[in-house]
Amino acid sequence: MTDIVDTSASPPAAIDLKAEFGEAGLADMLSALDDELFGLKPVKARIREIAALLLVERARRRLGLTSGPPTLHMSFTGNPGTGKTTVALRMAGILHRLGFTRREQLIAVTRDDLVGQYIGHTAPKTKEVLKKAMGGVLFIDEAYYLSRPENERDYGQESIEILLQVMENHRADLVVILAGYPDRMETFFASNPGFRSRIGHHITFPDYDDEELVAIGDLILSKEDYRLSADAKEAFTRYVALRKTQPHFANARSVRNALDRARLRQANRLVHGHPGAVTPDDLMTIEAADILASRVFAPSLVDEGSP
Amino acid sequence: MHLTQGCFSFLPDLTDAQIVQQIQYCLDNGWAVNIEFTDDPHPRNTYWEMWGQPMFDIADAQGVMLALADCRKHANGYIRLSAFDSSPGWESVRLSFIVGRPKDEPGFRLTRQEGAGRTIHYTTQPYAVDRPEGERYR
Repeated sequence: MTDIVDTSASPPAAIDLKAEFGEAGLADMLSALDDELFGLKPVKARIREIAALLLVERARRRLGLTSGPPTLHMSFTGNPGTGKTTVALRMAGILHRLGFTRREQLIAVTRDDLVGQYIGHTAPKTKEVLKKAMGGVLFIDEAYYLSRPENERDYGQESIEILLQVMENHRADLVVILAGYPDRMETFFASNPGFRSRIGHHITFPDYDDEELVAIGDLILSKEDYRLSADAKEAFTRYVALRKTQPHFANARSVRNALDRARLRQANRLVHGHPGAVTPDDLMTIEAADILASRVFAPSLVDEGSP
Repeated sequence: MHLTQGCFSFLPDLTDAQIVQQIQYCLDNGWAVNIEFTDDPHPRNTYWEMWGQPMFDIADAQGVMLALADCRKHANGYIRLSAFDSSPGWESVRLSFIVGRPKDEPGFRLTRQEGAGRTIHYTTQPYAVDRPEGERYR
């Protein structure tokens, strides 16, 4: 007992993790994440776990217990519009607060930024990106495009090799987050086992359900001082259910696009079809008609009975 | 002969950790860091070869260190870092120091040229340049 007190002269004897948690601003970060992103329960749980792990890691380091730089590279897999980029941004914040990256910086790139057009073009391009990303987070969107196994002369492989080398040798300087759609990421990892083994955290983003999508729509609108009328809300709920069954559905992104178009129709309605002056209320409210005019309802037009 | 040039020339060579701190200082001031190398270390040779382009949009010193590691692998001879400040409207050097040198530094030969009336012209010439470019430091 006394020994512990004696040896703790320079490093602290104990660290209050709860206090650290608050001090690092993690609580704010995580609750902001909760407010901003609906659903995504497994993702949030995983981020909490990672944050806790990093906190413990930091505490261990302070107490002088052995800890090399942890493997922080991550892969985010999920369908389009499930919040991968948003979460990556938050992750950059969390990593920075905890001191695992030196700056709160996220560089988002795709294949075009990394892979060159001709021989000798790829390495400088990839290195340029890596140089810029150092000290922060490198977010590679649609990472599976890096590898084109069907074309053995593709330059993507060269880029992958440089990336892997830096991911391994500069673990303290750079965190790489790969993102992409689940099935294609699976084949990408299968053909590049080096990536899979260098990634510490594989996070899967589930699709949103109808309720969440409607709630996301509400949030998007309220941020821009719009709202749905009661009828419009009902129409929008039906819209979401229908849209989901159609091709190219991109979760939250589709919701945002649909609402952008609804705003377009609302503007048109107000300019050309509105009698008299408009009130702030008119300008804020999106009516059912603005939503029902969508192409998504087209096949069931007869049932709706609307023109 | 231990060649000295530029800033910190009166100090022992900086370690990598110290170089990182110097680079970070430059970047935090908004200066662009540039890597140059040469195998002709004559003091009047101001134009060294550039290793890639000056790094204008890098935030972290490790980015520069990545390029420096590359340069050290490929370039024989001397390597220096220069930091350019563009705030006056033109690029001006704020800081320049040597970050790499060959294992063997043969030094300089002093040549005396006897002219008319007992005048003497002095010239220094690196021993290394007796050999062709690229083969001077191995």
